[in-house]
Amino acid sequence: MEGTSRARAAPPRVGLFVTCLVDLYRPSTGFAAVHLLEAAGCEVAVPRGQTCCGQPAFNSGDAGTARALARSIIDRFEGFDYLVAPSGSCAGMIRRHLPELFAGDAGWRERAEGLADRTWELTSFLVDVCGAPAAERLRGAEAPRGVRRATYHDSCSGLRELGVREQPRRLLAGVAGLDLVEMPDAEVCCGFGGTFCVKYPGVSGRMVSEKVENIAAAGAEAVLAGDVGCLLNIAGRMRREGRAGRVFHVAEVLAGMADRGIGEPAVGSPGTTAAGGGSGGGSGRGRAPER
Amino acid sequence: MSAGSGGAPAGSAPAGGRDRVLGAVRAAVRRDPAEAAVRRAEIEARIAAREVHVRPPVEGDLTARFAEKVALVASTFAPVKGVDRVSKAVADYLDEHGLGREIVVTTDPLVEQVRWSNEFAVARRAADPDDRVSVTGAFAGIAETGTLVFVSDRRTPTTLNFLPETHVAVLARDRLVPHLEDVWERLRDERADSPRTVNFITGPSRTGDIELQLEIGAHGPRRLHVLLVDV
Amino acid sequence: MIPESHRFPDRAGLALADEGLRLALDRARQGFIGNRRKAVDALPEFPALREAARRIKDHTLSNLDLYLERFESQVTASGGQVHWAADAPAARARIIDICREAGARTVTKGKSMVGEEVALNEALEEAGLEVVETDLGEYIIQLADETPSHIVAPAIHKTREEIRDLFAKHHAPLGLGPPGLGNAELVARAREVLRRDFLRADVGITGANFLIAESGSTVIVTNEGNGDLSNTLPRVHIVIAGIEKVLPGYEDLCTVLRLLARSATGQEMSVYTTVSTGPRRSADLDGPEEFHVVLVDNGRSGMLGGEFREMLRCIRCGACLNHCPVYHAVGGHAYGWVYTGPMGSVLTPLIVGLDRAHHLPNACTLNGRCEQVCPMSIPLPSMLRKLRARGFERGLGTRTSRLGLAMWGFLARRPALYRPVAGAAMGVMGWLGRRRGAFRRVPLAGGWTAVRDLPAPEGETFQRAWRRRGSGGR
Repeated sequence: MEGTSRARAAPPRVGLFVTCLVDLYRPSTGFAAVHLLEAAGCEVAVPRGQTCCGQPAFNSGDAGTARALARSIIDRFEGFDYLVAPSGSCAGMIRRHLPELFAGDAGWRERAEGLADRTWELTSFLVDVCGAPAAERLRGAEAPRGVRRATYHDSCSGLRELGVREQPRRLLAGVAGLDLVEMPDAEVCCGFGGTFCVKYPGVSGRMVSEKVENIAAAGAEAVLAGDVGCLLNIAGRMRREGRAGRVFHVAEVLAGMADRGIGEPAVGSPGTTAAGGGSGGGSGRGRAPER
Repeated sequence: MSAGSGGAPAGSAPAGGRDRVLGAVRAAVRRDPAEAAVRRAEIEARIAAREVHVRPPVEGDLTARFAEKVALVASTFAPVKGVDRVSKAVADYLDEHGLGREIVVTTDPLVEQVRWSNEFAVARRAADPDDRVSVTGAFAGIAETGTLVFVSDRRTPTTLNFLPETHVAVLARDRLVPHLEDVWERLRDERADSPRTVNFITGPSRTGDIELQLEIGAHGPRRLHVLLVDV
Repeated sequence: MIPESHRFPDRAGLALADEGLRLALDRARQGFIGNRRKAVDALPEFPALREAARRIKDHTLSNLDLYLERFESQVTASGGQVHWAADAPAARARIIDICREAGARTVTKGKSMVGEEVALNEALEEAGLEVVETDLGEYIIQLADETPSHIVAPAIHKTREEIRDLFAKHHAPLGLGPPGLGNAELVARAREVLRRDFLRADVGITGANFLIAESGSTVIVTNEGNGDLSNTLPRVHIVIAGIEKVLPGYEDLCTVLRLLARSATGQEMSVYTTVSTGPRRSADLDGPEEFHVVLVDNGRSGMLGGEFREMLRCIRCGACLNHCPVYHAVGGHAYGWVYTGPMGSVLTPLIVGLDRAHHLPNACTLNGRCEQVCPMSIPLPSMLRKLRARGFERGLGTRTSRLGLAMWGFLARRPALYRPVAGAAMGVMGWLGRRRGAFRRVPLAGGWTAVRDLPAPEGETFQRAWRRRGSGGR
């Protein structure tokens, strides 16, 4: 790691780009990310005033809004050694597309490129930047209660824009009592696609139902991914189909902070929610114990 | 009928077509007329250079590689020791498939050397719709992919490669080349002008158009048999 | 055909309800993806070939005017004739003229996507010609009066039962009874019937996978051999090709051929790669007496001059379709025109107009699998994004989605407003969803809840919880 030696003197300063979906929907993922980054020896800050990476605007063709948000991200994060996001999608936006937004503006473009180069998706940051010793320190988290077999869904941007594939799997191999099993077509899109999923619900629904089928086919009790967008989509579909099976952001499992899965009730026992329809789904998953 | 040929009478080229298309293309590539001659010379030089780009290595024995690839594309292969044994090799193959002795053949130098045994009824012409078996001389064979190359001229009509159900290709061993590119090299060396048709044929005719299931023998030959002849 | 791409949502809905189609698409996906994978894995040089092919094509496109002129002069020198068509009507008219001059009554056709693009068959038929598609897939959809649903396998959506019924109906007038249901029987029947057509056709029309400037040759790549019968048996051979199909020389062709079949079907080489140069030579025993090449622009020069030039590298292999999860869900007909899947979602708006096809670039998750497998490294997702930007500028799309996006953008740019609004909304939703953990219905989120529940948020936003926990200094 470029910062290993430096880390001993002064730990790398990481600005956590929490992402709007984690901020709004899944704070647990954010706390898990902070925990992991600190365990890896980083100094973590959450810059104030952050909202969204601008991807919905960028992908809808609204470059103006995307550019305004990009400037605000650059202002808030360029003072850090790294920007890390618990999302392949948002990190991909910043790393791959931010500079594109300033094609005609050399000054901003340079700043955008500077930030893009220091932007990482969480699991790839932990493995590729923090390096082996840090990754070693992250080993030993306990598997979520009631989960022995989990499968990992490769979110598209992380996989194809950032090359995130082995890193989360390598880290998950260090989780005690957890078997990682591969599902068929793990690398195929779940049908979320940002605004796509609400603009074309029928098509999106077919895609996510196939994803959910593949998760069941893997015989996994939990599905993990690095993007809350995919996870909301998958969890929502599992609930709709009445399938058992729990849904966590990979950071939550790595941090040993996977308690209530996405789409599970806040009151009552965790993990009892998805049993409603009872059709299909992972078989014979052990009930999570009472809190 | 549709307008669009600019009202040009049937039989004449639509006057504006060429200028309109080429004009639009020139504008699109921002062609500077002052430089066009230089650029034209550059592309001529590029074409003349015949630069080979990326070629997968073809290592080891060409014949073995060729035979292996031919088998992978649902064709059959038999080595033949000398032109004098071709007649027997063809007869054996036809017997195997119950195909009689009527054949139509090309008149290229290699196939012309074959002394067909008396039992054969041999025609030398382009293919007729009712022909069942053709025996044609190949211009080259490509070890890289198990491909046969046929070149049209007065001795080697193209239809013989397509109309009969059974196609027996006769290839001289010294015409086996490693790569696709080598065929063009040979063609340029050996032919003053380019032939009307160059066929690269890799296996018998096939289709996957019904439920994506592979079916051999769509419109072209159902069988392709390759005789590799030591000459 | 008249583009129906503006009806993508309806057409997709119909496709999603079609169980037969679903089976066909599953089968297609399995076959195409697995076969391509094997072929690519077996060739370590594949990435280097990809890079070389991209350079070849970029060079050719930057000099397209010169290469087209070179191609034309070589066609002429070998005794053929080049015709130029700025748009679809010009292409149709020119080909009808050639057929009339030849006194033609019957035309056999090899598969040509640009022929589909300019709606050639309908025009020829209106002009009184009998047109027979001879590629088995194209033949089947011609009998069914449909458009191709896949650029490589046009009748991928048809079951053998449907094909048998089509043959039974259309072959009865020829005195043939219904064929058997076996694959071999159906293929044999098509062979038998189409053989008659090949032998009586006056004109053969084929497309071209490539045009070679070095020699004025046209190249077709097929598996069935129908293209070869079309370009050898009839008296007149007409090639219809987009202007972007030119390659400089034979060595360039070799490089791109190594990518094409592997990407399309997983073969190392398709069965027939045929290079045609001019009409038959004087002493030849067969081959056409006339050779015409109709070069079609129809929007391509516009792409060449703008931000969509890279799309002209496309070699129509179909790999992007085969790997597209949206294509896999809805099939080709949902796209409403002749080009489908990711390449179709770029080409259709550029050829027929964005206002008639604005759904296509939007009906994509930007998952990037198409770009990953494209042998010509076309950045399809970024092109789809550029088309979305054009649509946004022109105010296309539904009012609701534009409004939603505008509201979200307004808040996201104002953190001081975003924080309390988001905080309040998530608080309410978290509380409402605390018992069930997810919502079945949510006002204004019908697109989401139509097919899935909406998981409830945890309640407090991360940023608020973070500050509350006294981590605010960080």
